[in-house]
Amino acid sequence: MAERPQGAALLRLSGWGRVAVAETTARRPERIGEVASALWAAGPGGVIARGLGRAYGDAALNQGGDTILTERLDRLLAFDAATGALDCEAGVTIDDLVDVFLPRGWMPPVCPGTAFVTLGGALANDVHGKNHDRVGSFADHVRWFDLLAADGAVRRVTPDSDPALFAATCGGIGLSGIVLRLGLALERVPSPAVRLREERMASLDDFLSAFATRARAATWSVGWIDALARGGSLGRGILETAEPAPAGTAVARDRRGALPVPFDLPGSVLNAAGVAAFNELYFRRVPAGGRERSVGLRRFLFPLDALSGWNRLYGSRGFRQFQCVLPDAEAEKGLRALLEAAAQSRAASFLAVIKTLGGDGRGFLSFPMRGITLALDFPNRPDAPDLLHRLERITLDHGGRIYLAKDSALSPEGFARMYPRLDELRRVLAAVDPQGRFRSDMARRLRIREDVA
Amino acid sequence: MSGETWVVLGASSAIARAFARLVARRGDGVILAGRDREDLDILAKDLALRGAASVHVLGFDALDTASHPDFARDCRRLAPGRLGVFLAFAYMEEQASVDAEPDLALATIGAGFTGAVSVLHRLAPHLEDQEGGHLIALGSVAGDRGRRKNYVYGATKAGLHAYLQGLRARLHRHGVTVTTVKPGFVDTAMTFGRPELFLVASPRAVAEAALKAALKGRDEIYAPWFWTPIMAVIKAIPERVMKRLDI
Repeated sequence: MAERPQGAALLRLSGWGRVAVAETTARRPERIGEVASALWAAGPGGVIARGLGRAYGDAALNQGGDTILTERLDRLLAFDAATGALDCEAGVTIDDLVDVFLPRGWMPPVCPGTAFVTLGGALANDVHGKNHDRVGSFADHVRWFDLLAADGAVRRVTPDSDPALFAATCGGIGLSGIVLRLGLALERVPSPAVRLREERMASLDDFLSAFATRARAATWSVGWIDALARGGSLGRGILETAEPAPAGTAVARDRRGALPVPFDLPGSVLNAAGVAAFNELYFRRVPAGGRERSVGLRRFLFPLDALSGWNRLYGSRGFRQFQCVLPDAEAEKGLRALLEAAAQSRAASFLAVIKTLGGDGRGFLSFPMRGITLALDFPNRPDAPDLLHRLERITLDHGGRIYLAKDSALSPEGFARMYPRLDELRRVLAAVDPQGRFRSDMARRLRIREDVA
Repeated sequence: MSGETWVVLGASSAIARAFARLVARRGDGVILAGRDREDLDILAKDLALRGAASVHVLGFDALDTASHPDFARDCRRLAPGRLGVFLAFAYMEEQASVDAEPDLALATIGAGFTGAVSVLHRLAPHLEDQEGGHLIALGSVAGDRGRRKNYVYGATKAGLHAYLQGLRARLHRHGVTVTTVKPGFVDTAMTFGRPELFLVASPRAVAEAALKAALKGRDEIYAPWFWTPIMAVIKAIPERVMKRLDI
């Protein structure tokens, strides 16, 4: 490998799924003032910002180029306890915000399934949570951000000051520049707990009717699906709906701090038989008549964070994640086809999650649209690319869209069909970064910057 | 009722930032001392939002010892209750640069030893007066054994370790604990990207170990703990072998 430049590291980074990897020259500024010099120092291979590396695929990878790690830009700058307006640096994490503000009765309004993401990453992927119907996605709560663009200038962008640059950055997977600071609107919560209702869903039809009748009205809702179930049980699972618990609700320990997964599990553990057994237990855990109880917000919102490094459960070959959204009208047929394809492959999806989404996001590449979203993950076996290709085709056939934060396999043609505002993004990028300084493996794979070589 | 107010010396460093956050979360007061006022002003906002009872920023330059008497007085003035001390500053250059430029050796000693003694000696009477409290200073595993790769820095830290031993005995009579924390490799800007380093600890882990040790009244600790056996081995290597080793 090349010689290490001063202050830089030669790193081999991977996406959270540990399939996509890149060798890159990384710099890690300790303060905002050092980011511009890290950008100037970047070589001809372009540069991408990276937070905590929770994107599953290649969104924050830049093979042969440079990477700027934002994790040390983690300072809170201002908070207005009357309105909930928070200003902070972009490397602050959701985990940090929950830790500091939940005891005071405030929460980030949008929380993805893990708290271990930076706010910069949440913005660049316009992430959503279990309450999308009610509050939209992350960018809907961004009041402003400071963007370090390719020319080295820092621009303060609000949704009104430069709507196009705002839309190119929110959900823009880091291609418009590096978000240095941002203003976020926090949301009040009456207690650090939720009243959680869990119900068995015998089939996909059960899920869809629950979504249509009540789940969308709940404050939070999410379904877990046994992706190995077939036939009449196809789509069986557990629906969780939750409401804020009243003030004063006590919960058992809901602290951060997690059990580590200290080594790669042998690939055989999460095989079809093991996952089928797990799924059966998981389904039976909830009594047939359902149950209701109070649980901590953290435990409800971030169930996987209890195991740090859970991506090692799939062993050293890694795993693939797939998440798409289908418009309501096509949801039933499309979901059935997706679940059948997954079940047929016996690929042992360990975590299949189904949720409703409320409407379009603000970004040109925002994932959400009104409909139902399904997320699957499975071990990276040799047939995984085939399965992903089949899932992409089904998604396209039903007018759906694949989530870039999870993706490692989408084709550029499929991408262009799924994201109709791609040309608007390209126009902004051509103006703000004519040379294409900001690049990533995902941008190359999806041919987002086809105007630059 | 006012609790502890910690003066954090060299507050821009990664370990100092982590330590300041820990005590802010406890609701203690913090005085950030260092050369980069602009950076410390930002950190001050962060600490206030994380729960610090009070946050102040003071300019502090270890080499400017003439300014230290006023500095110590300011610390005393800004601590309504007990003053705690966290000393995190040091100056480290690559040994090759130091060998080429002897003035860098003097600067290393001037900041890390002379400057440290200067400021601690001026804070010590105040700590004696308050009859209690905690002083934490970052030493280094480098101070345990002179090594070809960083012996001027190591000598600076070795001197600091000995100074702290004496200061500990002096302040012990007044109920003040003096804790020498010897970190191994820490994941800071200085070590970032150096693949030859192993067992690199996070700044937060070192800060947590330091605070825990001080509150327990421990005298000297390695951080993380596993450097204890490692350094026992390194210290046991005979000099005639050590001088031949490339470590």
